[in-house]
Amino acid sequence: MAGDAKILTPPLTDAVVSGLVAGDRILITGAIYTGRDSAHKRMIELLDRGEKLPFDIKGAIIYYVGPTPAPPGRPIGSAGPTTSGRMDAYAPRLIELGLKAMIGKGGRGEAVVEAMKKCKAVYLGATGGAGALLSRAIRKCEIVAWEDLGPEAVRRLEVVEFPAVVINDVRGGDLYKSGQAKYRRNG
Amino acid sequence: MRTIPAEKITASIRDMAIEACRILPPDVLDALRASRQREESELARSVIEEILENAEIARAEQLPLCQDTGLAVVFLEIGQDVHVDGDLMAAVQEGVRRGYADGYLRKSVCDCLSRKNTGDNTPAIVHIEIVPGDVFRVTIAAKGGGSENMSRVTVLKPSEGVDGIKKFVRDRIIESGGNPCPPLIVGIGIGGTIERCAYLAKKALLRKIGEPNPDPEIAKLEKELLTVINETGVGPMGYGGRVTALAVHALAQPCHIASIPLAVNINCHSHRHKEAVL
Repeated sequence: MAGDAKILTPPLTDAVVSGLVAGDRILITGAIYTGRDSAHKRMIELLDRGEKLPFDIKGAIIYYVGPTPAPPGRPIGSAGPTTSGRMDAYAPRLIELGLKAMIGKGGRGEAVVEAMKKCKAVYLGATGGAGALLSRAIRKCEIVAWEDLGPEAVRRLEVVEFPAVVINDVRGGDLYKSGQAKYRRNG
Repeated sequence: MRTIPAEKITASIRDMAIEACRILPPDVLDALRASRQREESELARSVIEEILENAEIARAEQLPLCQDTGLAVVFLEIGQDVHVDGDLMAAVQEGVRRGYADGYLRKSVCDCLSRKNTGDNTPAIVHIEIVPGDVFRVTIAAKGGGSENMSRVTVLKPSEGVDGIKKFVRDRIIESGGNPCPPLIVGIGIGGTIERCAYLAKKALLRKIGEPNPDPEIAKLEKELLTVINETGVGPMGYGGRVTALAVHALAQPCHIASIPLAVNINCHSHRHKEAVL
């Protein structure tokens, strides 16, 4: 996305996250971690057993993605966001532990929104179905945990100017709600 | 009687699976390009630009358009005078298996309860229609989970009629929001039974964008539903805007006097399907 994007470089601080407003365009440069359904389930199981997560969650950004296999000569295949609502059952616990941003698509439940407000975290949207375009921003990819999960394994991605939009900010701003209300004509 | 070797079917389906996942059909590209003029939201327009740029990159760099390369849904239209030399169903599954392996496509099929991945994106869903003559037409659709999850089947009361259909579709689109990756193609199946209307809704998705149903009454309903959907304001990726759907395609057939079976099968903008006649 062009224009007036803000740059985000993880690990993120409360101050940086608090400066973001629903609707802001951002570009992320640095290391982010992937995880979707099965990886989240296993992370919560680790925490339940009192064990450590496979990466430092403090200030981290998790990208909800299950990429296609990397063709020869590329770090990763197509890599766009998956539907975030499926991670709602797990997200509040990770936010409480210091997770600062999640990248995905689609709305979040009330418990996640409240956790984001309380602990200062944001939810970011990337364009679903733009997996080839988004993969260009991913320069390095390494598996951090659970290779057996295939596309669902936890990966550390090094990204350069990965484009996203702020959906939920720390003050309760919600781009889905405000954006759709602006254009709704039938109630 | 015409004989088609099973191996030929396998080879075609392999190639079609790979191409369907990499190349957005021209009618979808045209509809996306045209939609930019109608979109009033600047952010929404930039989403459409990203989608078009993504299609260019996928084609040029031979990458899948989307990381969700879908569950393969294969439609076979087989003339009753065709003989397949070999195991037809095994040939179809083998084509999907090879396509998803050779094309570096994601394997997104798992056991429905244990969630263990089958490892090769099979079994594909196969629908067969027997027709007169000796045609053998194969269509493969790569159906993503995000949009399929937002699809629904219901049975309305006859008294609810067309207004009931419009209300159900509107509510479904609003509830789905950004989850199914709008701008959408919306397949509607009306009539038959619950499984029949779901099939009709999926089959309706395959029609070329902009081609109305040949029945003027259904064509009118398609137009009205498109307006209803776009007036929800959901917009590209749910960010708010005028372009929530690019097209509504409906198929209808008679049903029981007690019911209006209705299926809404939502597809994302990455509207991937490929057809071939062998």
